Amino acid sequence: MEHIAHDETSFVRPAEVGEMELYHPKTWLGKYVFSQDAKTIAIQYAGTAIAIGMVALVLSWLMRLQLAWPNTFTFIDPAYYLQAVTMHGMIMVVYLLTALFLGGFGNYLIPLMVGARDMVFPWLNMISFWVYFTAVLLLAASFFVGGGSTGAGWTLYPPQAILPGTPGSKAGILLMLASLAVFIIGFTMGGLNYVVTILQARTRGMTLMRMPLTIWGIFVATVLALFAFPALFVSAIMMSLDVLLGTSFFMPAIMTMGSESEHVGGNPLLFQHLFWFFGHPEVYIVALPAFGIVSDLISVHARKNIFGYRMMVWAIVIIGALSFVVWAHHMYVSGMNPYFGFFFATTTLIIAVPTALKVYNWVLTLWQGNIHLTVPMLFSIAFLLFFINGGMTGLFLGNASVSMPLSDTLFVVAHFHMVMAVAPVMVVCGAIYHWYPKITGRWYHEGMARFHFWVTFVGSYLVFLPMHYLGIMGVPRRYFEITGTTFLPDSAHSVNASITIAALVVGFAQLVFLYNLIVSAFNGKKAPGNPWNATTLEWQTEHTPPEHGNFGKELPCVYRWAYDYSVPGIEDDFIPQNVPPRNRQTEVVQ
Amino acid sequence: MFAAIVLLVLVLGTVVFHVLSPWYFTPIASNWSSMDNTVTLTFAVTGLAFVLVNLFIAYCLIKFRNKAGRRAEYEPESIKMETWLTGLTTVGIAAMLAPGLLIWKDVVTPPDSATELEVLARQWNWSYRLPGEDGQLGAVAVSHTSEDNPLGIDPSDPFGQDDIIVYDPVLHLKVGEPVTFLLRSTDVLHNFTVPQFRVKMDFVPGQVSYIWAEPQEEGSYDLLCEELCGVGHYAMRGRVIVDSEEEYAAWLAVQPTFAETQAGLGTDLVAGQASYAVCSSCHGANAEGNKAMHAPRLAGMDAEYMKRQLRHFKRGVRGTHEDDTWGQTMAPMAMMLADASAINNVVAYIDTLSGEADFSGDSTYNLSAAVERYAPSASGDPSKSAALYQSTCAMCHGGAGEGVWTVNAPNLTGLDDWYLASQIKNFRDGIRGRHADDLYGLQMGLVSNTMTDDQAIEDMVAYIMTLESNTEEPVQLAQQR
Repeated sequence: MEHIAHDETSFVRPAEVGEMELYHPKTWLGKYVFSQDAKTIAIQYAGTAIAIGMVALVLSWLMRLQLAWPNTFTFIDPAYYLQAVTMHGMIMVVYLLTALFLGGFGNYLIPLMVGARDMVFPWLNMISFWVYFTAVLLLAASFFVGGGSTGAGWTLYPPQAILPGTPGSKAGILLMLASLAVFIIGFTMGGLNYVVTILQARTRGMTLMRMPLTIWGIFVATVLALFAFPALFVSAIMMSLDVLLGTSFFMPAIMTMGSESEHVGGNPLLFQHLFWFFGHPEVYIVALPAFGIVSDLISVHARKNIFGYRMMVWAIVIIGALSFVVWAHHMYVSGMNPYFGFFFATTTLIIAVPTALKVYNWVLTLWQGNIHLTVPMLFSIAFLLFFINGGMTGLFLGNASVSMPLSDTLFVVAHFHMVMAVAPVMVVCGAIYHWYPKITGRWYHEGMARFHFWVTFVGSYLVFLPMHYLGIMGVPRRYFEITGTTFLPDSAHSVNASITIAALVVGFAQLVFLYNLIVSAFNGKKAPGNPWNATTLEWQTEHTPPEHGNFGKELPCVYRWAYDYSVPGIEDDFIPQNVPPRNRQTEVVQ
Repeated sequence: MFAAIVLLVLVLGTVVFHVLSPWYFTPIASNWSSMDNTVTLTFAVTGLAFVLVNLFIAYCLIKFRNKAGRRAEYEPESIKMETWLTGLTTVGIAAMLAPGLLIWKDVVTPPDSATELEVLARQWNWSYRLPGEDGQLGAVAVSHTSEDNPLGIDPSDPFGQDDIIVYDPVLHLKVGEPVTFLLRSTDVLHNFTVPQFRVKMDFVPGQVSYIWAEPQEEGSYDLLCEELCGVGHYAMRGRVIVDSEEEYAAWLAVQPTFAETQAGLGTDLVAGQASYAVCSSCHGANAEGNKAMHAPRLAGMDAEYMKRQLRHFKRGVRGTHEDDTWGQTMAPMAMMLADASAINNVVAYIDTLSGEADFSGDSTYNLSAAVERYAPSASGDPSKSAALYQSTCAMCHGGAGEGVWTVNAPNLTGLDDWYLASQIKNFRDGIRGRHADDLYGLQMGLVSNTMTDDQAIEDMVAYIMTLESNTEEPVQLAQQR
């Protein structure tokens, strides 16, 4: 057996470039508002993302109320319902999860974990956040314009997105498209920064194959986003032109509201291809950082090296690459040439192989571990349950003919919530609890955190498991209500009611979570610098929370991989990455 | 331990729920049982993997839980084990992919024996076209589409003349005969789904997509749109009825060809006037309506709408609900109109009437107790319903209540407020629009569900009365009654 961990060496190359010059803010505004410190920017990103995410959470309650008790809450009419569906989806996927994983965790963790003082382009980083903030404002503004926000579904399919039969087909959709374009501009600034920092600013000894998987996940996700978002960007521009200038990129000759439109010759499927060329990698833009982070959480809290590190890295890279050739599995019943189904079903099921390998390696990391059931560990276990469940239903939907009876039903909604909503959110929660002592220097309230965990874990499962069966019965998604059919038993409606009750309870638990995060930042117990006995560099800083510049006078040197836990012959059950080899003899495994 | 137990409960509970719950596929009615079989196969393979991996996690949580003196093992990787696991997974995935691809081949290649028919989806209704005796569908274009030629068939194309037009959301199919559905839309994306058939496919405006199935069980099935198509998406309902050969032939025989729909029925106003004599006893000599008789004003009512309602009354689609007292009164009256041409004539005649009331001999204007339910909507507050009207009702009936013919939604202007209120209540309460053949009625019923209390309906009617075309002069004249 080959032991990759023992590539440690006492020889560290001398630094080839000098220390970066840090920008030191002179004003309060420069320090807290227009900050160029990645850690502050991270908190700004996370705070904004969570704030707009709360709006999306409330929108999901409104949807659930209507579905459980149709027409009881009379302020929810069909148009309002569709607007809630659309805004919930778009906010959660783009403005919450993408921004939180890359803008939030990316900014906080990349410089600290690779041993840099800051991002390589701090000023650009600051601008990136404020552009993102503008995008969020534009999005929020669409709630208040005439006609309201768009109700075209988060996929924004034309022609309906810009025709009068859909809510928000004028100002609403234009603000949405503008907001997305602005978001992408902001993201590109941030994304280039993350990639260059990871490639160029790693400290001495931090080879690529010694990077923690968190960084690998964020790195590959950022690269995906830089390639995928332009497809969305151009489609947003093209659709805006169709609205504003009467071009026909996506608009064939049609009749609307009883009269002929001016458009001619465009193709609605072109938009779908562009959208999903972005949209499928987007799934992995959210998933890969979650994969990376959860690998580190499991390893730290099981006191064991991540099993199969090299395979884990390659799996992330391979999944990222494959994610660009599976997009049309969202379009099996779209009316595209159905022969594409053969290709996309095959590529889609191939992607399950590296993904399954990642699952095996996570659970094999638990094997023979020393499992501490801390809150971060509990969330990691919950991630595994949701991700395995959602991954399995992906095998139904990825396989063209198997997916056909299930397409466009609540089965799809249940699947993607399991795999790319609840599963990543479990990682988000686990990660926030894990790094909370480092970020704030204080402990969260343990009791509230455990309450939050159990309600979210069990509750989310009760929300999304039964939803699959509504879909199998044939309940379509995006339906305001489904009375008046002959094929649905009355019991289907009671399933909807129980789902809603569970969803409301889970939603309430998130308020406890936020309360805990905010209050503990001021009142929590003081936390030590490395409370989990973790190996990675962010835990080895001189100060907690880390100060501007992250590390003390000298940047740390890295001598080993990030997973030296429970190394035989060493008394401590962890060796930080910056600890030089002391006695090689005792460390080598026979 | 607790975490492991909860995990076990959730995982085993999932299996128990799957096996014991009554919620699963609706019984299949087409040839696509192979799809159900691969779904079952996929459930078996993925279910096994799901349970095994989670049991392994639960075992680890119990066995390797931290306790004093415990130390993890140090084992960076095992290429051998990872290779084995990758291999096994690949085999499992191939076992699901292979049958999936074989069935997909069947999906994309309709059999030679399949007959073709066209489904036209439009916000938010369905119509159909079958090739006539020449076996070929005529050319179509959006530019040919009009109220008189709703499917947009090219009038100069000889192949189109004998096409059979089903301008109604109910489609009949012959049991045991494979059909390729050619899917065409003239506005936005839609989707053709009959849950019992399993297959489904989107409509894309600007092109024709297809899907095929062989209906194998006689019966009546819901047709749903499953691609978000706007506000009326959830109410876009149709019906597919799978008939025996004889029933199908009988249905087909009475469907008009395109040429027949274009020839028109001719209009005989004299005959129409003669027929109207009966109507006038309730609806008034000038079609002004009579509230006491609960007979609505007909002048200004949409002509196509009136024809459809007369057909519905004749066929028992409307006016048969036990609580629809006034509909029951109307139904036998409609029976007096012998055929389509009689309906056509009387509607043409009504179109010529002014709607101005003749007050001579009006002794019945006071309300009787029987019409108390339909109190005038003077109590409504238009400002409370404006938003709902514009976000929902306007989608079909137009922003000014002018009606939109492509949606088959009549104008709401020039009608009696009490009549509007009574009909919205009937739709909401299932007194009207719940007959299996009245899918436009079902659509209106679903939408009127948004007005749960009577006050909301009064508010809505009050708003409709403020719409521009309702405040125009002829209507004001009528309201002076």
